[in-house]
Amino acid sequence: MSKNKVLLTDPLDDNNPITVQVLGICSALAITVQLKAAIVMSLSVVAVMGASNVIVSILRNLIPNRIRIIVQLTVIASLVVLVDQILKAYAYDVSKELSIFIGLIITNCIVMGRLEAFALGNGVWRSFLDGVGNAFGYGGILILVAFFRELLGSGNLLGIQVIPDFFYEQWGYENNGMMLLSPMALITVGLIIWVQRSRNRKLIEKA
Amino acid sequence: MNRDSNLYTFIFAALMVVVVASVLAFTSQSLKDLQNDNIRKEKMQNILSTVGIEIDRDGAEDLFNDYIKEQLAVQNDGSIDSSVNVFRDVKLALELKKPADNQDFPLYVAEIDQEKFYIIPIRGNGLWNAIFGYISIKDDLNTIKGVVFDHVGETAGLGAEITQDWFKERFIDEKLFDSEYNLMGIKVSKTNNDPSNLDKLDHEVDFISGATITCDGVTDMIKERIGHYVPYFKSIKESENAMAFSSISNIESNIN
Repeated sequence: MSKNKVLLTDPLDDNNPITVQVLGICSALAITVQLKAAIVMSLSVVAVMGASNVIVSILRNLIPNRIRIIVQLTVIASLVVLVDQILKAYAYDVSKELSIFIGLIITNCIVMGRLEAFALGNGVWRSFLDGVGNAFGYGGILILVAFFRELLGSGNLLGIQVIPDFFYEQWGYENNGMMLLSPMALITVGLIIWVQRSRNRKLIEKA
Repeated sequence: MNRDSNLYTFIFAALMVVVVASVLAFTSQSLKDLQNDNIRKEKMQNILSTVGIEIDRDGAEDLFNDYIKEQLAVQNDGSIDSSVNVFRDVKLALELKKPADNQDFPLYVAEIDQEKFYIIPIRGNGLWNAIFGYISIKDDLNTIKGVVFDHVGETAGLGAEITQDWFKERFIDEKLFDSEYNLMGIKVSKTNNDPSNLDKLDHEVDFISGATITCDGVTDMIKERIGHYVPYFKSIKESENAMAFSSISNIESNIN
């Protein structure tokens, strides 16, 4: 059991896809302007990674070795199209906001990385935990970055204004528009990596 | 069977394609109605927002039916083809590919508090892909009441800013025609000398830095689209003038 638990918890900290493996950075920059989009994106990735890891793990003894990358891509791509179709039907506004980024889950290196590295060689349950764990590790960072970007960049959280009016009117507080631009997402990720490594010493490479 | 043989690989690939294709086709078909419904209501929402009515998507249909009194398919010569259901059947993206003489030009006429507004769908090219929207005109057939723009894939933070309120507000009360009723359009201009947009007769609004091609696209699509409605607008104006004239002569004959 504890071995399985590690699969779920490891990607949250010690082996986080974004801050340790530095995968999936592109979408972490692109859709972290607003918390809501980041949450939906994270949930979509959890669904896609959980399901694709399970499917590939079930088929792992059937997939011909020579076309395994193509098979993995097909599985991911069809799941992503499914998620996209469902969002368009039931969460139209969110799907408009995320637009092409849902489609870009296909190219998210984390998804295929976990299939190739883990699901092809492990059982269904363990693969599912690994997929979901990594997706949570990815989504957690996404939501954390989006929290700071939306709060400091537009003074809102989930679209609701949280910085009170007298901050602006009496203290001359201004939203930092730069937080809305992609470079600040990279810097925020950098700060998160810094904090994480100062707390978790074993991540620091020996010089 | 040997997992590395050619035959196995082919069979596996073929099966996979069939399974995936049927799953996707099934989902797409079963969700189609819900998706189209969202798109239809969003269209109503956009049309209403040009005349200043902001409503969530679910409430859009009722208000649309309340306020939109006429839906006309204007022809290039200014006549009306009454056999066309413009809201349902006219897709601007497809119409644009036809020669102008064969196109239907959709026109929605709204009536709010006794005021008449003419709402025209517009569509053109931005930098990366199509840009589109609606423009509503007051019943002088010249002054803009409101606009709404959207796009497929303009650059976020630059061209995509055309959807923002601060950009759309620049168009309000601008005039499309000069005093001789020649179509001037609205130029989204780099050399605009009126950045605070006080002069509503200059046929210009300020452009967005870094979005030259998208802004030129906005300029072009407004002028190109509105141009096709000019014969119809002139015919409305003429009949209004004729009515005004006949009522004056009625009054005169009554006096005599």
